[in-house]
Amino acid sequence: MQLVTGNRLRDGVPIYFVGNGQWSPSIDAAQLVEDAEADALLAVSQEGAPPLPAVGSVLIEAVRENGHIKPISLRERIRAEGPTTGPMTHQTAIETAAR
Amino acid sequence: MYRYDDFDHRFVDERVAQYRDQVRRRLAGQLTEDEFKPLRLMNGLYLQMHAYMLRIAIPYGAFDSAKMRKLAHITRKYDRGYGHFTTRQNLQLNWIKLEDTPDILAELASVEMHAIQTSGNSFRNTTTDPFAGVAHDEIEDPRPYAEILRQWSTLHPEFSFLPRKFKIAVSASTEDRAAVKMHDVGLYLRRNDKGEVGFEVMAGGGLGRTPLLSHTIKPFVARRDLLSYLEAVLRVYNQYGRRDNIYKARIKILVQSLGAKKFAEEVEAEWLASDREAAALPDNYVREIASAFALPAYDNTPVDEAAFKRDAAANPAFARWLRRNTFGHKSSNHAVVTISLKPVGETPGDCSADQMDLVADLADELSFGEIRAAYEQNLVLPHVRRDALFGLWKRLEAAGLGTANIGQITDIICCPGMDYCSLATARSIPIAQDLARHMAAKEEAIGTFNIKISGCINACGHHHLGHIGILGVDKNGEEVYQITLGGDAGNNAAVGTIIGPALKSDAVTGGIDTLIDVYLKLRQDGERFPDTYRRIGAKPFKEALYAVA
Repeated sequence: MQLVTGNRLRDGVPIYFVGNGQWSPSIDAAQLVEDAEADALLAVSQEGAPPLPAVGSVLIEAVRENGHIKPISLRERIRAEGPTTGPMTHQTAIETAAR
Repeated sequence: MYRYDDFDHRFVDERVAQYRDQVRRRLAGQLTEDEFKPLRLMNGLYLQMHAYMLRIAIPYGAFDSAKMRKLAHITRKYDRGYGHFTTRQNLQLNWIKLEDTPDILAELASVEMHAIQTSGNSFRNTTTDPFAGVAHDEIEDPRPYAEILRQWSTLHPEFSFLPRKFKIAVSASTEDRAAVKMHDVGLYLRRNDKGEVGFEVMAGGGLGRTPLLSHTIKPFVARRDLLSYLEAVLRVYNQYGRRDNIYKARIKILVQSLGAKKFAEEVEAEWLASDREAAALPDNYVREIASAFALPAYDNTPVDEAAFKRDAAANPAFARWLRRNTFGHKSSNHAVVTISLKPVGETPGDCSADQMDLVADLADELSFGEIRAAYEQNLVLPHVRRDALFGLWKRLEAAGLGTANIGQITDIICCPGMDYCSLATARSIPIAQDLARHMAAKEEAIGTFNIKISGCINACGHHHLGHIGILGVDKNGEEVYQITLGGDAGNNAAVGTIIGPALKSDAVTGGIDTLIDVYLKLRQDGERFPDTYRRIGAKPFKEALYAVA
């Protein structure tokens, strides 16, 4: 199965095509379709007046597991969940990031 | 430090205004992404996996406390409170919003900074020795020449459509601390028989998919002729460099295909036919630029050697830091201090906003406000009185900046990898973190060593030049890591050789550990890893690695 993702124009955040011209930063909200419908989904996601909300829209493979959508590739899992490096352990960086 | 003149201020301010309008039009839908992308890249703005990434230029790695405080402020206000120092002596911010970027560039301009030519097929940041100007083994300060090159190469009208990006490094010391031989053009300051300063010009180096070391194409170019000769190099590259294949477009491929001798002849012919006076570098101009880099007025009262030795004897951790993180200064009362951005288990090169502010404060108090960024992803305070070192070390320690590992196995060069970078094919930071945690206990026994890690073939982590290099690649959806041995970055620069099949991610640390054990067992007195590797060859390492992997 596949879904459409891109990066939000104004801030670069990964977003996922929900349908009806809507995008969400939550991958669980994405419209997940069979492979045969994927190209049509990508085409629909690109409709609308410029600027489109997403930059660099592509189809990616994903599965639904335990009520959540999980990308197949590690790259897309990192895009969806964030870096795997852990925050800087230096406390100030963590606190600053939280502000 | 070079200060902007009116022209510089006007130029950067105008660029910010142009860019602000470009962003406005992009957000209003008046520019497509295809139209906007080259414009943002000209201002150092990439779109990465999680956000936009802004690469801020730190010309030849030299900056000051005011600039550092501004960077700290920007990371707090517009990012997530930290930044990442790169192998090009620049700073990358990983969590930037497009809509904020005009304001960020305006803030940078207010302290004489920008992000111009940190991307695209342009001249990138000219790099040099982070100890420039103060190193005891230096012929002459290379920073004025790096600044002249910055001015010459910024928006040079003839070279604004190069086949590919172009990187220059300058070194002026007996020890090459700028990895000169891996650059498109490398410059070594030399003195001729008459005592005149000039440059040995090397060309055709580079890493990436085809790692090659540069060749000397002219052993001595007089200072006056530096720019005219470089223009001849660029003209030959511009004329013959390939534009049909991005992987064959760097000057290294041209030098390799023509042969260094033929390339040098082409450059010489172009140079002799050119109007050399038009680009001549007059002595008075060099003096004017050099005056901006005059050494500060040092306090030359004698250092209390007895107290200094007492502090070191009573604090082994301080003594270790002195041994590893300080370097001989031209002034015997002073030391050059390298601040490690490689705390064990952290992301190499990352620095929090509070740490940036502290370094700025320390620079003001102890180093005449000056700071350097090293290509090894560390920071340098270039002028610290030796009797201030103990106090400095304690304050660095308290802020997580006191790691005594410069030049050691945990001082790992590492690109952002697939945790951030959209070009990466595998993660690199978690590999570095795990390796550092594992190797820390062996560090003293191992001695000088470097590991360099890249998350893709573009080699931002310089893996080809690591004593042990690690390249992460994707193999059928799985991250695997190719190991190279015997690389070296300095005077004895060498490209490492691949030892065998790539390792799975969970086998990398154990595999490196095995390689280190072979080295410790077979090295001779004082022998560095590349020397041992060249003496005994790959076989013992290969046998041990694949017996356990």
